[in-house]
Amino acid sequence: MGKYEIKGQGIAGTLESSDIQIIIDQNPGAGIEISLKSDVEKQYGRQIRATIEKTLKKMGITDAKLIVVDKGALDCTIVARTIAAVHRAAGITEKYDWEEIDSWNV
Amino acid sequence: MKNTVGRDIPQEYAEKYGVFEGQYAKKTSYQRASGKVTPVHPGESKLVGSIREAIEKCGLKDGMTISFHHHFREGDYVLNMVMDEIAKMGIKNLYLAPSSIANVHEPLIEHIKNGVVTGITSSGLRDKVGLAISQGIMKNPVIIRSHGGRARAIETGALHIDVAFLGVPSADEYGNANGSHGNAICGSLGYAKVDAEYADKVVLITDNLVPYPNTPISIPQNLVDYVVKVDAIGDPNGIAKGATRFTSNPKELLIAEIGSKVIVNSPYFKNGFSFQSGSGGSTLAVARFLAEEMRERGIKAGFILGGITSNMVEMLEEGLAEKIIDTQSFDRGAAESLARNENHYEISASFYANPGNKGAAVNNLDVVVLSALEVDTDFNVNVLTGSDGAIRGASGGHCDTAAGAKLSMILTPLVRGRIPTIVEKVNTVITPGEGIDVVVTEIGIAINPRRQDLIDALKDSGIPQFTIEELKEKAYKIAGTPDPIEYEDQVVALVEYRDGSIIDVVRKIKE
Repeated sequence: MGKYEIKGQGIAGTLESSDIQIIIDQNPGAGIEISLKSDVEKQYGRQIRATIEKTLKKMGITDAKLIVVDKGALDCTIVARTIAAVHRAAGITEKYDWEEIDSWNV
Repeated sequence: MKNTVGRDIPQEYAEKYGVFEGQYAKKTSYQRASGKVTPVHPGESKLVGSIREAIEKCGLKDGMTISFHHHFREGDYVLNMVMDEIAKMGIKNLYLAPSSIANVHEPLIEHIKNGVVTGITSSGLRDKVGLAISQGIMKNPVIIRSHGGRARAIETGALHIDVAFLGVPSADEYGNANGSHGNAICGSLGYAKVDAEYADKVVLITDNLVPYPNTPISIPQNLVDYVVKVDAIGDPNGIAKGATRFTSNPKELLIAEIGSKVIVNSPYFKNGFSFQSGSGGSTLAVARFLAEEMRERGIKAGFILGGITSNMVEMLEEGLAEKIIDTQSFDRGAAESLARNENHYEISASFYANPGNKGAAVNNLDVVVLSALEVDTDFNVNVLTGSDGAIRGASGGHCDTAAGAKLSMILTPLVRGRIPTIVEKVNTVITPGEGIDVVVTEIGIAINPRRQDLIDALKDSGIPQFTIEELKEKAYKIAGTPDPIEYEDQVVALVEYRDGSIIDVVRKIKE
């Protein structure tokens, strides 16, 4: 078991323009499932999914169900919201590992 | 077949219309078209009781071409009113040729589905109608024409109008009309003037019938067949919707300020210069910054062309500009000025921008300030299709003014939300890059390498200069490189350049 274990639903982000809202929940044994709605689906849908998947992988998450509503967020926002959603879903609300989080910065 | 901006034009359209070969490639003489005239004798009345009666008297039949103007913009009642009546009468297979189509014309989708309308030409198509067309609801492609291109098509006879239904804010019973007096005033009737002159039948629709003779006369009685009085032709609030919003967005203001600096440092900023700028956002704000510079340096504009907004009227009345030449009034302030100011002069769309006539007003323009949905590294501009590939904008006077003006500027942020505006290849080319001189963004400008004189002139201006590729790289660095939009084969719109050649096509979007 990795450092981050999805114990329940976690949510981060808003529906404001240039933001992204990520709701993450358990998906035992079924891998990563992302349901994405995005204003920029045609040009960036593939990249938004890839950015979320990459971030989850770094956090050691292999099974999760995500409902994502994107309002044209940049990659940095997508990464931050994903990290926050995972922390909340894992019940981690203090003693963040800032050093590790910082190492994920692109 | 590839045209000179590298766009692949399907053979059947390339053969029928010819492909774009350069902005001044065509200089073809033509015999001016003319409308049919049925004389009106003394004692005969032109006033009819209803729109239906007017349609019947005009002899409107299946397969004919009808037109409207878009001076009422989002406040227009006329197009929907007439189309509903036509649909009720069971007339089908019409070719619809308004000067443009707005959001408010959404009921057109039903008329297309029901076969009432089977062909369209327009400057543009807005959200819902544009999306429906981009989803392929009509078999025949829409022909997108610029304002000047439409006037040219009408004058050469490429677009023949059987019946023009023209909403007018004031008219007398014998057909003298103007747009600057009445309830729902729209100011200039510049687009309608062309239709009135060339259509076989001309129907005026007004909510303000005044005693004969109605002056000033924008559309004269000798061109008008019938006059109909209705309760309301438009919503005055919708006419000016969004147009004269003065931005408080700091990014837009910064772009406007840099844009103004470009003009001030260009060789054209001197007494008697002329300019045109669009409505809304940065392009509107640039006129404010420019006005300050003009006051400070004691420089007066010879004329302002447009697309006229209230702030340009203020410049006229302050004495910063000698004249306004107006083909379309964007707000009530502009419309009222047309009635009040002798030096605010109304012109037709042909006078304004027709590349085929004996010299359009855009040819006399020094500076034009334009906006864009996208600009590419060849300086080609898209103002028609959105980031989802669907038609949502309008050609307008973009390519007309860009071709005419000595200095054509595009004001745009590097990115909008996540969508880069400086890109490798635009979705749809409306204005060819050869007509664009400077692209202005919040971080600086890119000057078209064709304009070494401007690069030299702006060298010491203090404005940061980049190549257009550098601007594109910066945009992609923020947003990521966009995936190309996927289309199907079906062509849903042909984009005519102002000279009538095909500069691009729009295809059905993949769902």
